[in-house]
Amino acid sequence: MSGRAPDWLVQIISSLINIVALLGVFLTLFALISVLERKILGRMQNRYGPNRVGPFGLFQPVADGIKMLIKEDIVPARADKIVHFLAPVLIAAAAILTLGVIPYGRNMTPFTIDGGILFFFAVGSATELMVFMAGWGSNNKYSMLGAMRAIAQMISYELPLIITVLPVVMIVGSLNPDKIVGAQAAYSLGFIPHWFVFTPWGATAFILFFVSGLVESNRTPFDVPEGESEIVAGHMTEYSGFKYATFFMAEYIGMFAISGLGVTLFLGGWHAPVHFLEFIPSYVWFFVKLSILLFVYIWLRGTLPRTRIDQIMNFAWKFMLPMAFTCVVAAAVWHYTGRGLRGWLWSLAVIAAVYFTLSILLDTRRKFAPRTYRFAE
Amino acid sequence: MSTVAFAVIAILTLAAALAAATLQKLMHAALSFAVMFVGISAFFFLLGAEFVGLVQIFVYIGAVAVLIVFTILLTRDDTGKVRSFNWGGVIVAIAVFVGLVWAIAKTKSLPLTPSQIEPITVQRIGELLMTNYVWPLQCVGVLLTAALIGALILVMEEKS
Repeated sequence: MSGRAPDWLVQIISSLINIVALLGVFLTLFALISVLERKILGRMQNRYGPNRVGPFGLFQPVADGIKMLIKEDIVPARADKIVHFLAPVLIAAAAILTLGVIPYGRNMTPFTIDGGILFFFAVGSATELMVFMAGWGSNNKYSMLGAMRAIAQMISYELPLIITVLPVVMIVGSLNPDKIVGAQAAYSLGFIPHWFVFTPWGATAFILFFVSGLVESNRTPFDVPEGESEIVAGHMTEYSGFKYATFFMAEYIGMFAISGLGVTLFLGGWHAPVHFLEFIPSYVWFFVKLSILLFVYIWLRGTLPRTRIDQIMNFAWKFMLPMAFTCVVAAAVWHYTGRGLRGWLWSLAVIAAVYFTLSILLDTRRKFAPRTYRFAE
Repeated sequence: MSTVAFAVIAILTLAAALAAATLQKLMHAALSFAVMFVGISAFFFLLGAEFVGLVQIFVYIGAVAVLIVFTILLTRDDTGKVRSFNWGGVIVAIAVFVGLVWAIAKTKSLPLTPSQIEPITVQRIGELLMTNYVWPLQCVGVLLTAALIGALILVMEEKS
């Protein structure tokens, strides 16, 4: 071992390289997406969006960052100082940690761990506690209400989110993200990739996963925790300046992480869509897929109105959860009928049967009656 | 390396546990309790039991800590008030500690060579859960479903 650095030094430095690369890439992506989102939203709403700072307004994030940094940091007099301070720090830390287990390219998983998927959800579930800390630490009714709403919807949608991941884990037989990507590597006839999204259960699970991801990252149409017309800004009401920016960043990083996981689980990870395009570097494919998902997030924000909290809850427990369980059953059917065309059709039949039964059962249009109010009489 | 890590994690975990027992505000105590759970899961990671460590975070931070915090918030209105020191708790804690130390000291330590322990992977845990421990797993499932139905009945609107 002469002439080499000691093992602990190698370990620390290789971890540091991973951390710096992750932070560099995703903070840049955050800056980019914050200006792109405003541009795209502007285009959808028939206006220009930011176009003053730099070419095409591309330096807008720099201006925003400077503005956020030099803003006064206001802490309410009766707030719990420590909890109020720790909440944004921890929420950003949890969001960044979840980025660590996603395979960004061939041999490019920053943190290889046998139960990577479990790690993602374990760390993600800690976010609820941080949101609560923000709401309670602010000592403000609106903050507390917003935190309650956020936790209620996050807990409700964590269930379908995790259950839609289950069929993939079942079929691959591993919780390791690298193995899940590896299982989707083959091509039929050289141009049909074996991505899970091209199976009936995979497509259903992907849609459910995407919707749950929208809720988990508090994006429109599920942004009731923020609900500025009702409760100011939810758990972020009492935050200003850079602490608010940290919340904002954590939300976006959470969005990147959940989209990255969606790409890994259902869209073939870093594999190319057709075999002869595999020569393009794997990380390029990953980020192309990630960008498409992020665009859909922005697109939905530009087109959909906000839902009510009771609608969100009803949707979670009455539709999302049964459909998620159906995906598990359909994946099992697919597996036991031979993973071929026959399995494809059988699993489609299972999903269609449950889908139509659910839509008949949940159909409220047939009841014509005067509208009743529970609280607003 | 691992000795240093053990020392750091142990000090942090013990400090968090002590804070949970002695802090004046109940909510602070609950949050320190959550920090202690993170420390314990760090121990599991240090021992190479990744799965247990992850489940520890998942269950205790994601569910139990949130449950505790909500319970405190919903059941009492004195969350801001200062609580007095609980001597009864100290006596119980010391009794449990002495009992554990006595039990550990009495147990003969088995000679284990590292090569005998095969690494416990997620796959192995899954196989064991689906073969040897399938009935306990099913019982837990039934129990949790019963709890879920019970919660639903509690919150169901009464039709008048």
